[in-house]
Formats: sequence, structure tokens, C-alpha cells
Amino acid sequence: MAAAIASEARRRGLDFSIVRTGSRGLFWLEPLLEVETPEGQIGYGPLVAEDAASLFEAGFLVGGGHPKALGRINDIPYLAGQQRLVFARCGVTDPLSLDDYRRHHGLAGLARALTLGPEATVEEVVASGLRGRGGAGFPTGVKWRTVAGAQAEQKYVVCNADEGDSGAFADRMLTEGDPFLLIEGMAIAAVAVGATMGYVYIRSEYPHAFDAISRAIDQARAGGLLGASVLGSGHAFEVEARLGAGAYVCGEETSLLESLEGKRGQVRAKPPLPALSGLFGKPTVINNVLSFASVPWILEHGAKAYAGYGVGRSLGSQPFQLAGNVRHGGLVELPFGVTIRELVEGFGGGTRSGRPIRAVQVGGPLGAYFPETLFDTPLDYQSMAGAKGMLGHGGVVVFDDTVDMARQARFAFHFCAKESCGKCTPCRLGSIRGAETVDKIIAGKDRQKNVELLRDLCEVMTDGSLCALGGLTALPVLSALDHFHEDFAKAPARVAAE
Amino acid sequence: MPAARVFDIEIARAVIDRKRSTPGAALPILHDLQNQFGYIDDSALPLIADALNISRAEALGVVSFYHDFRRKPLDGRLLKLCRAESCQAMGCEDLVAHLETRHGIVPDDAESVASIHVETVYCLGNCALSPAALLDGEPIGRLDSDRLDAIVAKAREQTR
Repeated sequence: MAAAIASEARRRGLDFSIVRTGSRGLFWLEPLLEVETPEGQIGYGPLVAEDAASLFEAGFLVGGGHPKALGRINDIPYLAGQQRLVFARCGVTDPLSLDDYRRHHGLAGLARALTLGPEATVEEVVASGLRGRGGAGFPTGVKWRTVAGAQAEQKYVVCNADEGDSGAFADRMLTEGDPFLLIEGMAIAAVAVGATMGYVYIRSEYPHAFDAISRAIDQARAGGLLGASVLGSGHAFEVEARLGAGAYVCGEETSLLESLEGKRGQVRAKPPLPALSGLFGKPTVINNVLSFASVPWILEHGAKAYAGYGVGRSLGSQPFQLAGNVRHGGLVELPFGVTIRELVEGFGGGTRSGRPIRAVQVGGPLGAYFPETLFDTPLDYQSMAGAKGMLGHGGVVVFDDTVDMARQARFAFHFCAKESCGKCTPCRLGSIRGAETVDKIIAGKDRQKNVELLRDLCEVMTDGSLCALGGLTALPVLSALDHFHEDFAKAPARVAAE
Repeated sequence: MPAARVFDIEIARAVIDRKRSTPGAALPILHDLQNQFGYIDDSALPLIADALNISRAEALGVVSFYHDFRRKPLDGRLLKLCRAESCQAMGCEDLVAHLETRHGIVPDDAESVASIHVETVYCLGNCALSPAALLDGEPIGRLDSDRLDAIVAKAREQTR
């Protein structure tokens, strides 16, 4: 599209600059073009290359009318209804321009951290109430405090960008759309805990994100944000991007560390905590992309301002991701506490197929399926746990009424079996036995007995697995069984594929 | 993705030497080898083991753990098709069935010698535009059977 606009401009002898921004997270309107006008940014989308000529004829350079004109981009209800702290710059700036980043408040958080000093920076993050956005929700500041207090000649900062949950794409969007924010967040962590080396472990399924962060790291080094003296502070910090190799379990922090060390991505038993004995046995801050990316805002505006968003012990904002069978899929950043219904019906506008919504899975392949009757559950850590689910990474996947929930339960086991690292038995074998048991239920064999067996197996996996992969597989399975039991009692006419 | 090239042990040695002193070098080296040759030849394993001071069994253990690493050459194009929940909600399994009935292509068929290989992946992070795929590293959103037919036809055209 950009090429089509550029060539049309050349043909017409017009001169203007085209900036390739990241995504606004309005995926149903993409490819999206925005023009800077005195009235603000005017949007056009979703475009195809063939629209180029008609855009010029409509005078889009001054915001002229066109069938695909969207008006002022910030007035689009989907965006106007959000509170973007982390994603404020995404889709607005040139992702690979450090100058552009600085012009849009970039590095203000790091500058304040350098003024505050390490201890006060850690306490600021503690006071903000920020919890790990990767899924586990552990308080980020407390983790940093542990690493800061550890004595070692070498400490590490590791960014977990191995976002493998289906329905989650915020890490990818941020890494591609505002990579300097991630680097700034990691640099703040490094200064706060006294680490000099950092790694971004990014999944191989995200080749563009890997490319973006690699180029951003080079520029950050050239611009003095990384290197022997971060912004002239005397703190040394280097970052290297590393590519994963298609293992979901490497999103689990200890498995990720093993993988970074060049080993099979097998989960480690905890303790010792990575904060004390992490990468290469050294104290390590390991956080998710969104956790690091939340920190610059906290430092710039203060812990109090951040803690002013959200509810209870879920403070700040959460970038939710709307996906699956949904009309308006995209990124919605809001304070914690918004309900499932507000997201999928309000922002999402119902299903893309136009059929009724039957189920919504929150939190990726290890998250629970919710029926319509639970759509008023608020999305925060406590309410989700109360409803026997979890927030995970904030991915929300919508299914219409054609979904077969017994098959979804079977898939949860199948996925666990395929991605299990193999270290612990409940996960390695339990997942296979689970899929077989669901098959028997679907086929109508000893249903009652097998449902009991299934529940028992889920209990064993929950209590006996070493990490969240085996430990949380019961969530999608049991939620499907509890809320959609009719799908497990159908006449055994259809045999599950696979 | 570069086309598969004939494995050359001297080139492999040079590729391995480039990163052998990097901390935790195994994955970076394996990615470089796969970029170079399109797969990881078994005869590179002793070289890796030697360079990293690990046993051959450990080297094999690392290669075989990760879904990405191929141990056989790959000719033709590579389509990674997402079959995770978000894409299921938008009918990715219908696309899998279509591939088999219309084109005789079964995902993850190790013996396949077709001009296009289809691999199952779980999530490409393009879930707002499901069903999603990655064709030789380029993302595709809202994949449908027509687009799939065109991709298969083009791949077969190129290898003819």
C-alpha cells in the first residue's frame, strides 16, 4: 500500500513523507493510512493498493472525503474509549526512530530513574502495584528488590517475549510498533538492580518483531541508550536479541532460561528462584514484554498515578487483545476491571460470523472458557481466579455457536501433550491420557465413569505438575465440562478428528 | 527463507566457529546452520558438540527438542499454518481438511516431497486476523481456501 501511494505521488509530482508506523491495534481497519492535517490525524482504511489513485483524487492529503475515510482517528470510539498508557505511542510514531521516540516523551522514565537512583526506582515500581503481565501476576517490584539485594559480580535482565498464547498479540504489536519502550524498560530494570547484560528472548514465529527489536537495539547503542554508559550515567548495559525455536513451554521462565543457556527448554524446579539463581546461575530479573513496557510510564508519572488505575490488587492498565471470531479484533488497553461483555460486545461488536457468541476463552490455551452467563465477570486477577479462570496475558478469544466444547477440551490436552517439556509425569503422560479419556466420552463409552476419571486426572495434573503448562491445562478442560456439559453428552455420531 | 543448499562440512564449521564463544551459543548456532542449509545435517552434530564442549547426545537432545529445527532438507515453500484456538474459532481446521481433499497435502508430513510443505504452528500472534499463516516468513491474515489454492498453485508452478 505504501509503495502504491509513493508511486502515485511520483506520478503526480507531489512531495510528502510517508512514515511506516506500528499498528494502532485496529486490525479490521488495516491497512490503515493516516494524514496529518490541522484538524488532527485523519484516517483511511481498510485500504487496498487499488485505492491509491482515488485517494489522491479525493484530496486525502488535506483530509478530503473518500468512501474509506474514517474521520479523526482519535475520535474512533474504539480508540477514544481506551486509556492507553503502555500503547500510547504505538501506531503514532516511527518505531525505529529514536528521535521520534524522544519527541513523544521517550526516555523520560529512564531519566527520572537515573535521578532517583536504584533503590528509589525499585520502591517506585513496588509502590505502583505493577504485577507481572506474562500471566503469573507476581509483583514486579518485589522481584526487582530480590535481585537488587542479591550479591553477585554479574546480574542479568531477561525479557520474556515468547508470547505463545493463542489470542495474545500485544507483545508482538509492542515489539514491532514501539521497540524503544521495551529497551527503556529493560534499561530501567538494569540500573535498578545493578545488571549489565540483558537478553530479549523472542519467539521464532515473530520474525518481524525480532527484526524490529534487533534494529532498535543497534540504534539504541548508537544513540547512547545502551553501552558502556547508559545516557551518560556511568551504568553499563548491553542487550542482545535471541530467537526461540518453536517451543511453547519456553514461555515458562525457567524453561526460557534453560533455552537461553543453549539447552533443551526443560522446566527447572523452583526454588531456587531465578531472582537469586537465574541465567547461568546468576541473579536475574525476568519479566514479560508488557511488564517492562509499563515501567517507563510509572517512572515518568509516578507510582501513585499508575496505582490510580485499576481495582483492588489489580492496579494499572492491561492491554487486552480481542481475537478469534470477533467483528472488531484488536488491542484494547484499559484499567483492570472491565467486564468480558464490555470487551467482546462493546469493543468487539460481537462475532465476525454474525452468529451468537457461545464461549469466550480468556488467557490463552491454559485459560478457562466462559459462557454467556459469566460475561459480566470483571477482568482482573482476583475476579478471574474467583471464576476459576485466569487473566493470563490478556488474550480474549471469541467463539460462535458452532463450537464443539468437547473438542476444545480435547484440544487443550492435545496441545499440552505436544508442547510438554517432558520433565514431569503428570504433564507428559496426563495430557495424553486426558485426550484419550475425552475421546471415550465423545464416543459415548462409559460416560459417567470417564467424566469422573477426567476430573480426577485434572486434579492430579493441577497439583502435581512442575509448571503452569501441566498445572493449568485443567482450566480449559474443566470450564468446558462445567459450563458446556451438554457438548459432552451428545449422541456419539461424530468422531473427533485428529 | 533462503533456499536449501547442499550441506558442506567446511561451511558448517565456519558457521559454528563464528558464534562458539557466545554465551549459550547452541540456539544461535543452530539457527545459523538452518538459515545456511535449510536444515541441520546430522554430520554437524559432532562439530557442535565439540565446539560447545557438550556430548553428541546433548547436541542431538537440543536439536530434537525444538519444533523449528529440521533434520532433513526442505525443498519448496514452507507454509506455517496456525491451528490454535483463535484460528480454530475462524475455521482453520476446515482449511486443513481442504488442503488434504483438494491438494493431497497433509500438515507435518515428514515424508512429503511436495513443492509446498505445511507445518502446524500454535499461534503467530495475528489472532485478530485469524486464520493466520506464515508463508516463508511473511505473515498472512484472514486466510481462506481461495488464497490457499493460489499459494499451492504458485508453489507448484515454481518447482515445475
